[in-house]
Amino acid sequence: MVNFGGARMIEVGTVLPERVFEIDRELLVAYANASGDDNPIHQNEEFALSVGLPNVIAHGMLTMALVGKYVTDWAGGSASVKEFGARFVKPVIVPAGQKVDLTVSATVAEVDGDRISLTLSATSAGVKVLGMAKAVVQK
Amino acid sequence: MLNPDSVGRTFKGAETITVSQSQIDSFASVLGETQTDVAPPTFSIRITLDQMQKILSGSEVNLDWSRLVHGDQRFEINRPIKAGNSFTCSSTIESYRVAAGNEIVSVRGDLFSGNELVVSTWSTLVVRA
Repeated sequence: MVNFGGARMIEVGTVLPERVFEIDRELLVAYANASGDDNPIHQNEEFALSVGLPNVIAHGMLTMALVGKYVTDWAGGSASVKEFGARFVKPVIVPAGQKVDLTVSATVAEVDGDRISLTLSATSAGVKVLGMAKAVVQK
Repeated sequence: MLNPDSVGRTFKGAETITVSQSQIDSFASVLGETQTDVAPPTFSIRITLDQMQKILSGSEVNLDWSRLVHGDQRFEINRPIKAGNSFTCSSTIESYRVAAGNEIVSVRGDLFSGNELVVSTWSTLVVRA
């Protein structure tokens, strides 16, 4: 067991508070501009449907970036993340004019000195969107 | 189809990319992150995506970028990225297989600042049949 963040006692199995991010088409445009990923499946409904998708989908890397924000807010800043990985198992579907949820939670999987491994969960509309999601943080 | 001779090889990006504060600010802003002295953990994709696309869709590797789906992604971050840092990027084709007509490629990307390895990334990319 270690004292992490100055106040909280962290041990294997500790469950971190759930947090809900909202994703809409405007956020997808902002992420496309910020990341340089301007694939039309994240912008253009007609194009997304034409390639067999159910609707416009969020960038997997946007989903991962928001989960990263969850981790860094808990761990005390962007510099704390040493490892971060996830599998993109289902897309986050973003219909026009709607805000969809990205619901994130985490469990402490390992504590090794000041390094803490988290197992992360991310769902949207009740569907698991990331698999094998893990982060290692260090103060 | 991917050029099978490229598997196991490392390709170096031609460019040196310098990260600006405004790039970090705009990436952080999307996430609602107000602390921008260092970049968010996945920011390196801002650099590697463009470099990997140039390397992997070039004639030596010949990956069909237009039908690409991102299967998984992993980062090892040796130190955070800051504005003013300059990087070169290399991509290594670690493995390649075809399953049900889909091409599945594992690519390692390394971001160097001089000789310092700052971030390593592993991506599984799927070219849909």
